[in-house]
Amino acid sequence: MKIVILGATRGMGRALAQQAAARGDELFLLGNEVDELPVSAADAQARHSGSGVSVGHAACDLERTDSFGPALDAATAHLGKIDAVIVTAALFATQDRLEADPEFARRLLTVNFANTVVFCEEVRKRLLAAGGGTLVVFSSVAGDRGRKPIAIYGASKAGLSHYLESIDHKFHEQGLRVVTIKPGFIKTGMTAGLKPPPFAGEPEKVAASVLRAMDKGTPVLYTPAPWRLVMFIIKRLPRFVMRKIKF
Amino acid sequence: MTEPTLSGWGRLPAPGTENLGENLVRLSGEARLFRGLGRSYGDSSLPADATDRVIGTRLANRILSFDSETGVLRAEAGLCLRDLNLTFIQRGWFTPVTPGTQFVTLGGMVASDVHGKNHHIAGCFGAHVRALRMCLADGDIVSCSPTERADLFWGAVGGMGLLGHILEVEVQMQRISSSWIQMESERLGSLSEFLSAIQESAAQWPMTVGWIDLAATGKSRGRGLLNKGRWALPTEAPAHPPPLKKEKRLPIDLPNFALNPLTVRAFNMAYYWKQLKKKSVGVVSWEPFFYPLDAILDWNRGYGKRGFVQYQCVLPRASGVQGMQSLVERLAKLGGISPVTVIKDCGAQGQGVLSFPMEGMSLAVDMPVNAEIQSLTDRLNELVIELGGRIYLTKDRFTRPEHFAAMDRRLPAFFELRQKWDPNRRLRSAQSVRLFGDSSKG
Repeated sequence: MKIVILGATRGMGRALAQQAAARGDELFLLGNEVDELPVSAADAQARHSGSGVSVGHAACDLERTDSFGPALDAATAHLGKIDAVIVTAALFATQDRLEADPEFARRLLTVNFANTVVFCEEVRKRLLAAGGGTLVVFSSVAGDRGRKPIAIYGASKAGLSHYLESIDHKFHEQGLRVVTIKPGFIKTGMTAGLKPPPFAGEPEKVAASVLRAMDKGTPVLYTPAPWRLVMFIIKRLPRFVMRKIKF
Repeated sequence: MTEPTLSGWGRLPAPGTENLGENLVRLSGEARLFRGLGRSYGDSSLPADATDRVIGTRLANRILSFDSETGVLRAEAGLCLRDLNLTFIQRGWFTPVTPGTQFVTLGGMVASDVHGKNHHIAGCFGAHVRALRMCLADGDIVSCSPTERADLFWGAVGGMGLLGHILEVEVQMQRISSSWIQMESERLGSLSEFLSAIQESAAQWPMTVGWIDLAATGKSRGRGLLNKGRWALPTEAPAHPPPLKKEKRLPIDLPNFALNPLTVRAFNMAYYWKQLKKKSVGVVSWEPFFYPLDAILDWNRGYGKRGFVQYQCVLPRASGVQGMQSLVERLAKLGGISPVTVIKDCGAQGQGVLSFPMEGMSLAVDMPVNAEIQSLTDRLNELVIELGGRIYLTKDRFTRPEHFAAMDRRLPAFFELRQKWDPNRRLRSAQSVRLFGDSSKG
């Protein structure tokens, strides 16, 4: 497969790039850490099971919508045709920090929701123009239910999940496969310093499940798997319970 | 809220937390200790004080370069050995030295200067490291190698992370002829037979390791299985790559009493007799050959909540069969018998200033933590000192500083290096406080 990953230098994006390279996918890496991109591309290339495959990269920043077009142009030029685009990039902060820093909260909402949607729209048009493809986007279980510890971050992901579901409905027949990833807690740099809850996932395991979902075109993936059941219950708890619990 | 803790593989906790991240340079400011996957058994990777800044390196796991002609690999320090193995074995390359688990990082392999089944011919991991990039105590980022800042390099090799934080490792990988192992396993009825067999086999086999039964009594004590191996030639190996084992976990802590003298004796007897033939020959996959214990992730939970340590020491060649005989007798007498007792003959001592192995015979035995663990460790250490041997810091939690100083005459040289590269002893661990007199304050 020919895959573009946005957010490829860190966290889940890195784990996905490493595993996709190991199984022989052709890759083009996007991210906002300009110094890290060539290093991550070299890593993916060293891990690549095929010989003589070059892993390309270009700067792309979710805070700058004008970077999307050129980055995707560069990806198309490098890969020829794009089969799938994976978006792992996003901002994160605890609810306490976001409440204390409205400017950062605004930035987070813009990046995680508005600009991610703009990026996905750009990708959707290009994939459909080329006859179809797969769009894999990391939303979050945080978007499934309004919850105390993730009010603002969760809202950004709720909006994103909503958008992804809609474009799945609208464009499925035309060949667009939308895969919404709803990770629970994964032990990456994003969650460093937070106490891991039960069912916390390791990046490698989660990455493997994401690649399987991408291959099959699974519309919604909860990962690690127990989070599907956890959120099934949380979504059904009455309001008076949600007001009481800390989760 | 309970206080957060960190622990090593032996599960004895110390208060503290680790900071995880991909960018080690950015994280390294003010850091007192780097740790990899926390596979050292005791307190080597634990903070001296709960407020010490500890960096977990495992997210810094990129391969920076690999030369498929020469086999020279450069990677970030948090790269996991299993990741490296899965990436390169199919391409005909393997780590030059591997410990008994693949859930370790490259940085940890350097800091412990790990050894493996091929120690008698290949030495320790550090002997194959070409260069390191390190963050020193004052924040300077430097590179070192056997030719550049060689004193820093050989201090860091086996230096338990105390000379500087390891950021990147460059290592010479080893060419392998297939991903299968040609193996021969021999059952030996007594310790003396065993010891002579392991030494004799060293000349013919690049990889050897033994398991001995200390639960057996009388003449049978120390009987065991000697495993010898070499990479299979393409003509001997199956054409397909070996299958990977499905992960198994130990889902719960076994109760403390699960491993008791009776079950340990039964386990040892069953293990000894699992091979009925005197000699068994065959081709096996690399994974069970190098990493039999990795087959069950979290096997450390078998010792229950009390935790455990491993006592590993090496006795010099000069102490002979009698030396090992007396150590085994003392272990048995003091009740220090475990399901798995591993014996390995070691080649010459490496250049790492505090590197563990020396020419002779190494013995490793797991021990549950109980009321006797301190005195058991003391009694064993007294004998090891008498016999001219030393213990492995990576496994240790209970050795007394005066005992370690008496075992390792290289310690003053190591202190001199710390004086030069970290005069204020900013880098420290719970182990360096216990053994090297570092302060846990400040």
